[in-house]
Amino acid sequence: MAYPADAKYTKEHEWIKINGNTGTVGITDHAQNSLGDIVFVELPKVGATISAGKSFGTVESVKAVSDLYAPVSGTVTEINDALASAPEKINQDANNTWIIKLTLSNAGEANGLLSAADYEKFIAEEGA
Amino acid sequence: MGAKMVDFNGWDMPVEYPKHGGLIAEHLAVRNGVGVFDVSHMGDIRVHGPEALAAIQHITINDASKLSVGQAQYSAMLYPQGTFVDDVIVHKMADDDYLIVINAGTREKDYNWVRDNARGFNCNVTDLSDNFTQIAIQGPRGVDTLQKLTDADLSKVKFYWFTHGTVAGLKNILIARTGYTAEDGFEIYVPSDPETSAMVWNKVLEAGKEFGAIPAGLGARNTLRLEGKLPLYGHEISDTINVWEAGLDRFCKIDKAEFTGQDSLVKAKAAGVKRTLIGLEMLERGIARDGYKVQDLQGNEIGYVTSGSYAPFLKKNIALAYVPPEHSTVDSNLAVEIRGQAVKARVIPTPFYKRPKKTQTS
Repeated sequence: MAYPADAKYTKEHEWIKINGNTGTVGITDHAQNSLGDIVFVELPKVGATISAGKSFGTVESVKAVSDLYAPVSGTVTEINDALASAPEKINQDANNTWIIKLTLSNAGEANGLLSAADYEKFIAEEGA
Repeated sequence: MGAKMVDFNGWDMPVEYPKHGGLIAEHLAVRNGVGVFDVSHMGDIRVHGPEALAAIQHITINDASKLSVGQAQYSAMLYPQGTFVDDVIVHKMADDDYLIVINAGTREKDYNWVRDNARGFNCNVTDLSDNFTQIAIQGPRGVDTLQKLTDADLSKVKFYWFTHGTVAGLKNILIARTGYTAEDGFEIYVPSDPETSAMVWNKVLEAGKEFGAIPAGLGARNTLRLEGKLPLYGHEISDTINVWEAGLDRFCKIDKAEFTGQDSLVKAKAAGVKRTLIGLEMLERGIARDGYKVQDLQGNEIGYVTSGSYAPFLKKNIALAYVPPEHSTVDSNLAVEIRGQAVKARVIPTPFYKRPKKTQTS
């Protein structure tokens, strides 16, 4: 599975695509594959403030509960409502299934995130 | 095989097989067709000798004297205080020969328990766990799958009975119509050397292909047994939970001759059961997980969840929980604390899933 080069990645397996001061966040294919069948997603409310590195929601597969960590800080502008009734969309296409959108409060934070190549290296090492 | 492996009490076990669709697909295969489980981690203890029955009666709660040769029964071993060493299946191989099938996580403890408690009886206790690989062929088409590989007439083997037959060319294989999925199915016990186990495994999957057979892992095994309210050691039963609390009364023949834990159970019943195992269905969004607190609608903590999950066949979020009997009324509402929030749940009848009664083909 190739990881899109236009996104940045966290070691907690989220991706974020940044356009100016807005960001779109999802979880990686590696994450959905580790979790297995996703059956529940719990998201913050629009307008909520989230902080880089802190949990902003939860994703649950049949067998596991996993926190979602914010890649950057900001204010939630949209949540993907479709995931409430169809969380399996994440399994089907994690790279293209966004979870939240936000306005960044500190665009500089993105510099600390991994590139696609670095993320692939990271998961290869983590799996070894 | 592309199995995702997990460490399970020191065993490398397949939790699911993503290549075949993963946990939900595996669960549904067992409900609708057939799924095949590698359960080689299960343990097997033989109790053999003139006083084998007396020993079995002493260490288990069910009445093994009612068993015929070729019959098995669900039972349990208790500590003197009436709490669980483990739940087991007792197979009567011959009048003086019994096979106890035990859980993986409790294997060494169980073997030591049987050995120590059978000491006063004229019988030998042998740990056969390393001799056998157990393969479970579960689902309504399990019988059709296995019948293609054996000369034994499986239509003659009723649920919780067993026979011996040639399976995939191997002679005298123990074939039991038992399982841990709340579905019809078989568990077979084949020699544990890797080549033989792998050969049988592959042949079973091949034979089952036309019935939709796929390999199934521990993840599906857990959700299947949860839908059927089959207890799991460390969750619904443990060394702090007694038989009455776990609701396993019908497997406990309290009036049979003496058995370990009997006195305590008699006293516990007289004193009144303090908590009972209930089934919950989540009414609001959220999945109750093991260890989560159960509250009444006023927010008072009244119990805890022992197992909880999304139920792949029933397509809802269910849980088993211990609460005081006054909170166990079916259709009453409770709440489960999930990440600090009280999420509403309803007490519903259990088992959550019962396999459909079909016209008797077996």
